[in-house]
Amino acid sequence: MTADGGLETVRAGALTTVQDLGRPGYAHLGVPRSGALDLTAHRLANLLVGNPESAATLETTLTGCAVRALAPTTAVVTGAPCPVAVDGRPAPWGQPVRLRAGAVLEAGAATHGVRSYLGFAGGVGADRVLGSRATDLLSGLGPAPLRDGAVLPLGAPAPGARAVPDAAPWRTPGPELVLPVGYGPRDDWFTAEGLRTLVTGIYRVSAASNRIGLRTEGPALARRREGELASEGMPLGAIQVPPEGRPVLFLADHPTTGGYPVIGVVPAAALGAAAQAAPGTAVRFTPVRSGSVSGAAGVPPPR
Amino acid sequence: MTARAEPAAAPGPAAVADRTTEPAPPVIRPVGSRGLLVELATAEQTEALHAELLRRRADGSLPPVGEIVPGARTVLLDEFGSSAQARRLAAELPGWQVPPLTAGSGAVLEIPVRYDGPDLADVAALWGVAPDEVARRHAATEFRVAFCGFAPGFGYLTGLPEPYHVPRRATPRTRVPVGAVGLAGAYTGVYPRSSPGGWQLIGTAPRTVLWDTARTPAALLAPGTRVRFVPLDGERPSPDGDRPPDPGGPPDREERP
Repeated sequence: MTADGGLETVRAGALTTVQDLGRPGYAHLGVPRSGALDLTAHRLANLLVGNPESAATLETTLTGCAVRALAPTTAVVTGAPCPVAVDGRPAPWGQPVRLRAGAVLEAGAATHGVRSYLGFAGGVGADRVLGSRATDLLSGLGPAPLRDGAVLPLGAPAPGARAVPDAAPWRTPGPELVLPVGYGPRDDWFTAEGLRTLVTGIYRVSAASNRIGLRTEGPALARRREGELASEGMPLGAIQVPPEGRPVLFLADHPTTGGYPVIGVVPAAALGAAAQAAPGTAVRFTPVRSGSVSGAAGVPPPR
Repeated sequence: MTARAEPAAAPGPAAVADRTTEPAPPVIRPVGSRGLLVELATAEQTEALHAELLRRRADGSLPPVGEIVPGARTVLLDEFGSSAQARRLAAELPGWQVPPLTAGSGAVLEIPVRYDGPDLADVAALWGVAPDEVARRHAATEFRVAFCGFAPGFGYLTGLPEPYHVPRRATPRTRVPVGAVGLAGAYTGVYPRSSPGGWQLIGTAPRTVLWDTARTPAALLAPGTRVRFVPLDGERPSPDGDRPPDPGGPPDREERP
């Protein structure tokens, strides 16, 4: 399956990891789902080089990365827009580029957003762990983050693979990250004022954010109950509130169980935008109907 | 729930403990639009509901759901196909007749243990017995994996009766070696890799690899697995390090067990 060649890391950047669709379905064993934080950008990178969406891409963080193609291949950069260069010459972002053997593809620092995705025909060919090639930074599963000089294999492009040539539009992150939130399961651990604070307060993305969670700075959420919960399952998109009171939004590498109350859950479809919100970005949580069990949760329940 | 006569006496401590009393119905909480958190009154009810959910998933009578994650008093059901499926199950589940867990038939996973942990004497003092007696009672207990978490392969094992529950150490260790057997609260656990940890360490499981991604299944312990610890009497640690291989992991992992 693996073609000769592969990629040599010329510049690993701040944090570049191998990502795919992750390992859903193993949370009961303590295994985070992991996978690309901006799944739309990951899928698009694969589409543009003729891969199935399950093929692995490289996910960069703020400063991009540079890799040398050891054999001819086709590559594309999606996600956070950044200057793209091949052997130092400008190349288009969001459009497939042909790389000859030895050519260096450089994704520069993100001009908007945080995470760019580098797709290669055939996909990055690291070994699978529990069905996925994703790097899970919480558990240490999957390939280690890229280091300068590291060589990664590429898979063989599927026979008859056809790239989808039209780049889908990419929404530039706005000045504000708006996250819909359905209250629960532990909204009853907060005062009515605490529930209101979540959806009226202005938060900012903390520099301490990572693939595990988007941390925020802003007003603390007042609680009616102190202490910790007995450990319980934590969903993707959970807004967990540690004792100091600032909401933490759980992203793909989040722990599968935890003891801090989850005030609400952000739908998975909104998490790609969260993954592209740079430190300092304003965050606003907006209430949505939970619709699931307890009916309308559009306004904080009176208590 | 099926109709069953309530005890005539007003509910008091005796009535609550009466096995014929219907358990309180589960509390069901929303998790986004396609998930539910089912909260139960006791660990036993939680494990019984989890077993029932797996039975119903296996026989096809549970709507497809991405994750079934038990916790100490909860089961998280996440990623139903639609919010309507989640709503329907939320309405139906409190009426389920969930059989209590039966002490088991079937295989019990045996984990050989040397009871040589650095906190064995402290645990013996808390139990009010000699260290040998801690080993004897621990090894005489049948455990069950209530839930997993903290790290891949780490199971929270229930089975020790309440008088043997011990607090976490006042000061967590910065490094607990792979294979260490610890106690905290209602739980026993075996560290699948070296990590920080605050559990009271009573022994070492030198032969058991809890997590191996080259193996199927990778995790030796899954929720519901029955476990017994078998003392390695009179065996000395081998000089070349008597521990299972450490699969490693991020060193800065948040300490919890």
